[in-house]
Amino acid sequence: MSDNKSNNKQVNGHSGRTEPVVLSCIDGSRYTSAVCDYASWIANVTGAPLKLLHNIERNNVPAVADLTGSIGLGSQEELLEELTSLEQQRARLMVQQGKLMLQAARERAEMAGVPSVETCQRHDSLSESVIELEDAIRVLVLGIRGEEHGDSEAGLGTQLETVVRALHKPILVVNRDFEAPRNVMLAFDGSEAARKALAMVRSSPLFREVSCHLVFVGEADKAESLLAGASTQLEEAGIDVTANHLTGKTVDALIDYQREHAIDLTVMGAFSHNRLRDLLMGSLTAKMLLNTRQPLLLLR
Amino acid sequence: MLSSTKADWLGNIRRDVLAGLVVAMALIPEAIAFSIIAGVDPRVGLYAAFSIAVVSAFVGGRPGMISAATGAMALVMVTLVKEHGLQYLLAATLLTGVLQIIAGYLKLGSLMSFVSRAVVTGFVNALAILIFMAQLPELVGMGWQVYAMTAAGLGIIYLFPYVPVVGKFLPSPLVCILVLTAVSVALGLEIHTVGDMGQLPDTLPVFLWPDVPLNLETLKIIFPYSAALAVVGLLESLMTATIVDDLTDTGSDKNRECKGQGVSNIVAGLLGGMAGCAMIGQSVINVKSGGRGRLSTLVAGAGLLTLVVFLSDWVGVIPMAALVAVMIMVSIGTFNWDSVRNLKRHPLSTNVVMLATVIVVVWTHNLAYGVLVGVLLAALFFANKVGHFMYVASELDEEQSCRTYKVVGQVFFNSADKFIAAFDFKEVVDKVVIDLERAHFWDVSAVYGLDKVVVKFRREGAEVELVGLNEASETIVDRFGVHDKPEEIERVLGGH
Repeated sequence: MSDNKSNNKQVNGHSGRTEPVVLSCIDGSRYTSAVCDYASWIANVTGAPLKLLHNIERNNVPAVADLTGSIGLGSQEELLEELTSLEQQRARLMVQQGKLMLQAARERAEMAGVPSVETCQRHDSLSESVIELEDAIRVLVLGIRGEEHGDSEAGLGTQLETVVRALHKPILVVNRDFEAPRNVMLAFDGSEAARKALAMVRSSPLFREVSCHLVFVGEADKAESLLAGASTQLEEAGIDVTANHLTGKTVDALIDYQREHAIDLTVMGAFSHNRLRDLLMGSLTAKMLLNTRQPLLLLR
Repeated sequence: MLSSTKADWLGNIRRDVLAGLVVAMALIPEAIAFSIIAGVDPRVGLYAAFSIAVVSAFVGGRPGMISAATGAMALVMVTLVKEHGLQYLLAATLLTGVLQIIAGYLKLGSLMSFVSRAVVTGFVNALAILIFMAQLPELVGMGWQVYAMTAAGLGIIYLFPYVPVVGKFLPSPLVCILVLTAVSVALGLEIHTVGDMGQLPDTLPVFLWPDVPLNLETLKIIFPYSAALAVVGLLESLMTATIVDDLTDTGSDKNRECKGQGVSNIVAGLLGGMAGCAMIGQSVINVKSGGRGRLSTLVAGAGLLTLVVFLSDWVGVIPMAALVAVMIMVSIGTFNWDSVRNLKRHPLSTNVVMLATVIVVVWTHNLAYGVLVGVLLAALFFANKVGHFMYVASELDEEQSCRTYKVVGQVFFNSADKFIAAFDFKEVVDKVVIDLERAHFWDVSAVYGLDKVVVKFRREGAEVELVGLNEASETIVDRFGVHDKPEEIERVLGGH
C-alpha cells in the first residue's frame, strides 16, 4: 500500500527524494522570472536541486451562465456534460500554458547554471500543494503577487499568507527583479522565529559572502543585550555584522533602514504572534510584506 | 461552523448575484405551491424559503446549493397540519432542526455511503412524480381556461429561452408568471389565484415561539413527524449535495450540511416557517445560471423575501395555473430521464432497487420509507452477489485416505449453507484437511458453519485438520474492527 502511494506521487511529480529542494512556484505573474532567478541563485549557492512547480488552480468562475431559469428534460445530465467539456477545454489550455511557462523557467535556470532542475505540475491550489510537499522543501521561493494581480504594485497574493502560516520552512518572497544580495538585514526581536532566522543566517551558505545588518526595533534596555548576544553569534560564524538599534514604529523603522543602507534582502521571523492578536493589531509580517520593496526571507 | 473560505463567498460575485436572483424568482411559485401542498398559508412556505436559504448560505456544507421549503417535506407534514394545525408544525420544525444537528454531530452524513446510486435515482424520480401529482388538484376539473393557461405557461417556459437576446437574460418561469397574470387580469378570468390560497406576507417575518403546550403529549404528536422530516430532509439535502458536487466538480462537507440544515430549520421554525431542505431542481437552476458560491444562496433567499413583501399585492393575483406550469417544469427537470433509458442497460438488481424506491415513495408519500426499502434491497442484492464468490475445491490422496478441501471466497450468513453443502460427509476417509487460507470468514454464521462441518466429519470418524484457520477467523470484522486499520485490511485481503 505504501509502495502504491509513493508511486502515485512520483507519477505526479512529487518524488520521494531525500535531498530537499529549492521549490520555486511559477505562474504567469510578472515576478515569474525573478522568482526563477532567486531560486536559481539559492540552488547554485547551496547546491540543492531546483524544482519548478506550476499549479493549475481551478477557476472559480463557472464556464456557463444560462439565466433562463428553466430546466428541461434531462437537464442535469446535459448540464454535467456541458460543464465537463468546457472545463476540459479550459484545463487543457491551462496545462499547455503551464508547460510552456515551466519550459521557459527551466531554460532560464539552466542558463543560470543550475545543474539539477526538475519541473512539476499539479491540479491543486498553490497552498495545498506546497503544504503537501513541505518535507521535501529546503527553501520555498514565490512571488509576492499572483497572476490575477496583473501589473498591480499593491496588495498581496491571495494565498501568500496561507502559505507562510502553514509552512515551517524558509520562504523567500520575491517582489522585484533579481540582484544577488550583497548585504542583508536581519530583523531580530528575540522571539523564537527570530532565533530561527538567526540560526539560519549563521549556518546557511547563502550568507557567507554578505554583510549582515542586525537590527532591533524597540526599547533601548532590551536592545543592548539582545543585539550583543546575536551579533556575537553571527561573528563567531564568520559573518560581517553591523548591529543597530532602531526606534519608532517597527515596520516604518525597518523600511527606512532598508532604504538608507540599500539592503538587498531582509531576513525575519514570520507570524510569531497568535492569530487573534494579528486580527486585532494587524500582523507585522503582513505589513512588512505590503510595504517592503526588497525580497523578504521569512522563517517560522 | 461559520468558517467559510473567502472564495466560497466572494469568488464569483457577479454571477452568484445574477444566479441568485434567477433562483429567487423560481423559488416564489415553489414556496407558495409547497405551502399549499402542506395545507398552510403561502406565508409559511415563503418565510421558510427565505430563512432556510439565508441561514444555509452561512452554515450549509455545500456552497451553491439551494435550500428552501420543499415538496418532499411538505408531503410529510400534511397529516400533522390537518390534524393538529400550524403551531404543531412549527414545533415539529424546531424539533426537526434539533434532530438534524444531532445527526450532524453523530456524523450520520457519512451513512450516505450506504445509499446506492440506484436508490438516489429512485428517490429523485419519485420526488419528481410527487411534485407532479401535487399539481393535479389545481389542474384536474378546473375548466378549460386553467388547462389553456397551464399549456400556454409551459409553452412560454420552454420556448422563451429561444427568443433572441432577451430569452437568455430573463428567467422564463418569471416571464410565464408575468404573462399569465397579465392575461388573467386583463380578461378577468374566474380562475384560482394565489390570493385565494391564503394570506400572503406583507411584513418581514418576526420571531415567535410556537404556541403549543410544552409537555410529553406534544412531543408524542410531533416526534414521529420530526423524525420523518429530519430523515427526508437530510436524504434530499445530501443527495442534492452529491449532485451539485458532481456538477461543479468540487467537494462538500456532508456532516456540516446536516448541522446546517438543522440550524436553518430551527431558524425557520422560529420565524413562522415550515421545515425545508435542499432542492434538486433549484440547485440545478442555480448551477446552470452560473451560481457557485454561498452568495448565490443568500441572494436567492433575500431576493425572494424582498420580492414577496414589496410586491405582495401583485403576487396575490398570480393565477395558480402559472404556478402549476412552473412546478410541472420543475418536476420534469428533476426527473432523471436517463434512468428510463438505463433500464435496458443496467443489471436487473439495480433496476429493481430503483423501481422499488420509486414505487414505495409514490405509494406511501414518504420518501424515507422508499429510501429504506431501496437501501435494504440493495444490501440484499449485494450480499447475494458476494455470496457467489465462494467455492470449495477438493482433492483426494487415496494412499493416505485423506481428502483436502480448499475453500476460496467469502463465507458469511448468505453463503454459509452453500459452504456446508460443499463438503461430502458420505465419503469414507481417514483424514480431512480443510484449507482456509484463501477463505474469509465474515460473521458468526460462517464460524458456526465451519464448526458444524468439523463436528460432522468427526462424527463420521474422520480426523479433521484445519489449515490457515487462525488467520481466516481473524477476519471477523465485528470482533477486530479492521476497517480503521489499513494495514489489517491489506493482510486480510492479501490472499486474493
